[in-house]
Amino acid sequence: MPAPAAGPGTDPRNEAPGVTTPPKRRGTELLMLAFAVVITLAAQTIVDITVTGSPSPEIATFGAWFTGLWLVAHLVVRKVAPYADPLLLPCVAVLTGIGLSMIHRLDIAANALGESVSAREDAPTQLLWATVGLVLFVAVLLVVRDHRALSRLAYTIGLVGLVLLAIPAVLPSALSEVNGAKIWIRVAGFSIQPGEFAKICLVIFFAAYLVDKRDVLALASRRVLGLEVPRARDLGPVLVAWGVSILVLVFERDLGSSLLLFGIFVVMLYVATERASWLLIGVLLFAAGGTVAYQLFGHVRVRVDTWLDPFAYYPDGGGYQVVQSLFGLGTGGLFGAGLGGGRPDQVPVAKSDFIAAALGEELGLFGLVAVVVLYLVLVERGLRTSLVVRDGFGKLLAAGLAFGVAWQVFVVLGGVTGLLPLTGLTTPFVAYGGSSLVANFGLVALLVRISDAARRPSAPPTPPAPKLGEALTEVVKP
Amino acid sequence: MNSPLRKVAISVLVLFTLLILNANYIQVVRSSELRANPSNTRILAEEYDRERGAIVVAGNPVAQSVATDDTLTYLRQYPNAEVYATVTGYYSLVYGNSGIERAENDILSGSDDRLAFRRIADLFTGRDPSGGNVELTIDPAAQQAAFDALGGVDGAVVALDPATGAVLAMVSSPSYDPNQLSSHDPAAIRAYSDQLSAQDPDPRTNATISERHSPGSVFKLITSAAALQDGYTPDTVVPAPQQYVLPGTSRPLNNYNGESCSGSGEQPLIDALTISCNTAFAELGVELGEDRIRSAAEAFGIDQGQFDVPMTVAESTVGDIDGDAQLAVASIGQQNVQITPLQGAMIAAAIANDGTLMTPYLVDQLQAPDLSVVDQTEPTEMGEPVSSEVAQQLQQMMVSVVENGSGRRAQIDGYTVGGKTGTAQTTADSDDNQWFVGYAGPDGDPQIAVAVFIQGGQGTGGDLSAPVAQQVMSAYLAARGGN
Repeated sequence: MPAPAAGPGTDPRNEAPGVTTPPKRRGTELLMLAFAVVITLAAQTIVDITVTGSPSPEIATFGAWFTGLWLVAHLVVRKVAPYADPLLLPCVAVLTGIGLSMIHRLDIAANALGESVSAREDAPTQLLWATVGLVLFVAVLLVVRDHRALSRLAYTIGLVGLVLLAIPAVLPSALSEVNGAKIWIRVAGFSIQPGEFAKICLVIFFAAYLVDKRDVLALASRRVLGLEVPRARDLGPVLVAWGVSILVLVFERDLGSSLLLFGIFVVMLYVATERASWLLIGVLLFAAGGTVAYQLFGHVRVRVDTWLDPFAYYPDGGGYQVVQSLFGLGTGGLFGAGLGGGRPDQVPVAKSDFIAAALGEELGLFGLVAVVVLYLVLVERGLRTSLVVRDGFGKLLAAGLAFGVAWQVFVVLGGVTGLLPLTGLTTPFVAYGGSSLVANFGLVALLVRISDAARRPSAPPTPPAPKLGEALTEVVKP
Repeated sequence: MNSPLRKVAISVLVLFTLLILNANYIQVVRSSELRANPSNTRILAEEYDRERGAIVVAGNPVAQSVATDDTLTYLRQYPNAEVYATVTGYYSLVYGNSGIERAENDILSGSDDRLAFRRIADLFTGRDPSGGNVELTIDPAAQQAAFDALGGVDGAVVALDPATGAVLAMVSSPSYDPNQLSSHDPAAIRAYSDQLSAQDPDPRTNATISERHSPGSVFKLITSAAALQDGYTPDTVVPAPQQYVLPGTSRPLNNYNGESCSGSGEQPLIDALTISCNTAFAELGVELGEDRIRSAAEAFGIDQGQFDVPMTVAESTVGDIDGDAQLAVASIGQQNVQITPLQGAMIAAAIANDGTLMTPYLVDQLQAPDLSVVDQTEPTEMGEPVSSEVAQQLQQMMVSVVENGSGRRAQIDGYTVGGKTGTAQTTADSDDNQWFVGYAGPDGDPQIAVAVFIQGGQGTGGDLSAPVAQQVMSAYLAARGGN
């Protein structure tokens, strides 16, 4: 068993027991949320004025609705998770708002070029999905009053996650395939990406499982070349996770989810066991899987080849998207073309996979970096929650969720900016897509819940305890 | 678990730093390179908001911007599109631009520094900035005649004013419709482009300056120039056997269709050129040596690198010559000799201009939006490949070709016409390439030099290319005579 989670010296709550209650900081949250709303409405207005010359009449309705969302979220948090981290929700609000503004801007562009009518309604749809996301957010906070309850249901949740992940693979292509990726459930005009929800379910399961088994995984090891190497039979879990990732890659042709799940699992395994050898094993397994996938699967090879030299595959071949994305980013330069001033619609699927390219083009390097920093704040607040929370399950869960967001952002933005091969993951909160948005609202609800537990004073302060402490102190004094 | 957690937090910081560094690299370091990439249509879209200048031929626009109700404010239109497509190029939302649209883009779009003062004035007067005009040297009669005479076969025509180097006609055939690449409908543009790509050669290729071919017997002008400079005269009798065995080999070189050049096995140089005797020029080339052939070719602009007219012209070349056998074949324009049609016209123009080669140019003047002249091209000398004496001897020989020899079909009533045909073998079983280079004008005053190239036609340069040249030159002379 590794050292206790948090030594008494590092936990402020243990230093002056019962004397102070940590500030709840709900006022900060409300102020920051108001700021997020102002930024979003300003962005929408700028888009309208730049493109059409005047603010659109819908801005009032949109503004009221958008403000309402975060007000409700804030009130619910104030009520049921009063000690929650005050920055999580505002980060999400700004990111969602920036995403909505950019989708609205791309709607106008699509409209102007006379594309299909359905393409014009994406921003209102996305707002609707944000609303559904809020409902999930509230529901999670109301139902899950103590995150530790989830660990008791972990196996059920894990099974649900696997089933969700597997559904598109077993459905006929007509019901599950869009643009070559078999990751959807398409029913009655709706497309759902169950993988987004599966991701959260699996993180919950990993957390519970690893807390359960970490002693075995951490201690039963041998030293080889200065590294703690686990016994062969303990490799089971990591091999299963690896296998699942490979299956996703093979049957759903979803490079992104495959990479995401495996990365999250390996990092959680490392956090749980404190054994760097797991990272090494993860990297080796990834390298092996990646090499074989490159040899066997055309779609993987295309992604890697176009990443190495996108211009060689332009305009015909796989390089078109990345090259257009790079053109957009390069043209945007330091300050960007301004909202509504660029041509982000030139990049295919700019609303979903390539929304970061649209942001980089119109908001420039400054805007793009600001967005990256927003994610960084969100992730680091999540990791901080993980550091502070006392139970092992909460720690692992928060770490997994927060790292998951970071890993996803890294893989997506890396792909769009040419740092990594393209994978087809969504940019959390910003990109167009209902499943991703709703699932990520659920994810944030869990982080809020854990952060509330982390900052909440331990139990109701018990008045006799401090007196006892003082009394004892007096006894030893001369 | 806190120790690995802190490491994870730091790793996340590192990952995001990588993202930010890479964004800096793309958006700052590579920004101007990505902006300037011709495939990047964003800058183009910005330009669509401005009235782009016109490309003008003899006072009439061959490319102009007209206002639309579209989101893209201006639409590019090409009147008489197919006739001028080789010169104008296209201005495409999807594919960037080409031709003059590309080479003079700064003036047309209004971003040229020479228009800077006006741009600042526009800022104060609140006038929408607009681009300047490009007036071309093209002669509409010659251009139209060249387009009609080629009639859509694979080929190219370039005509020059020998005295100035001004390009009078430039047609690459078959042509295409730049209007369809310059519309505001990306899907239609792509469909049309696919249609063009499916053709061989792609009609968007400017065959007059970017394609090179074996010049065949046209190159005998260079060999002749080398000989005349070395002290030969048109009347010097040279060996002209029925068959010439290539030095160091047992491979015989024949004349066209195996004919003999003269009964005696020798003939005056002028006769050898008139009937385009292969054996005579092959042996003459070996006699003169590689250095003299090369320096004569270089003097006419071959192997002198690329240059701009303002579109970039591919470098014509004599190529590698390995031994006398190859020198013999190179001397009749085969082996590795490759020239552009424009280079062919430059050879004829320099000879017609009494030995002075003028730099070819396509842009006569650049105008500000208010039509005031921003830049006027002054003709410049590119070099003096031969003395005026040698040039006149070459003229005499070229006139003989048209009057008595293989170039009869280029004759124009009332004018002196000189020329040289060429029929170059490409591969053993494909059709030959047909050339004609020449000039025409009143006696002693050549006014137009022309090169005609037809790919893979049936017959000889005299059969196919000479009549095209005849039509281009006579149309030009008639139009000038009418003035």
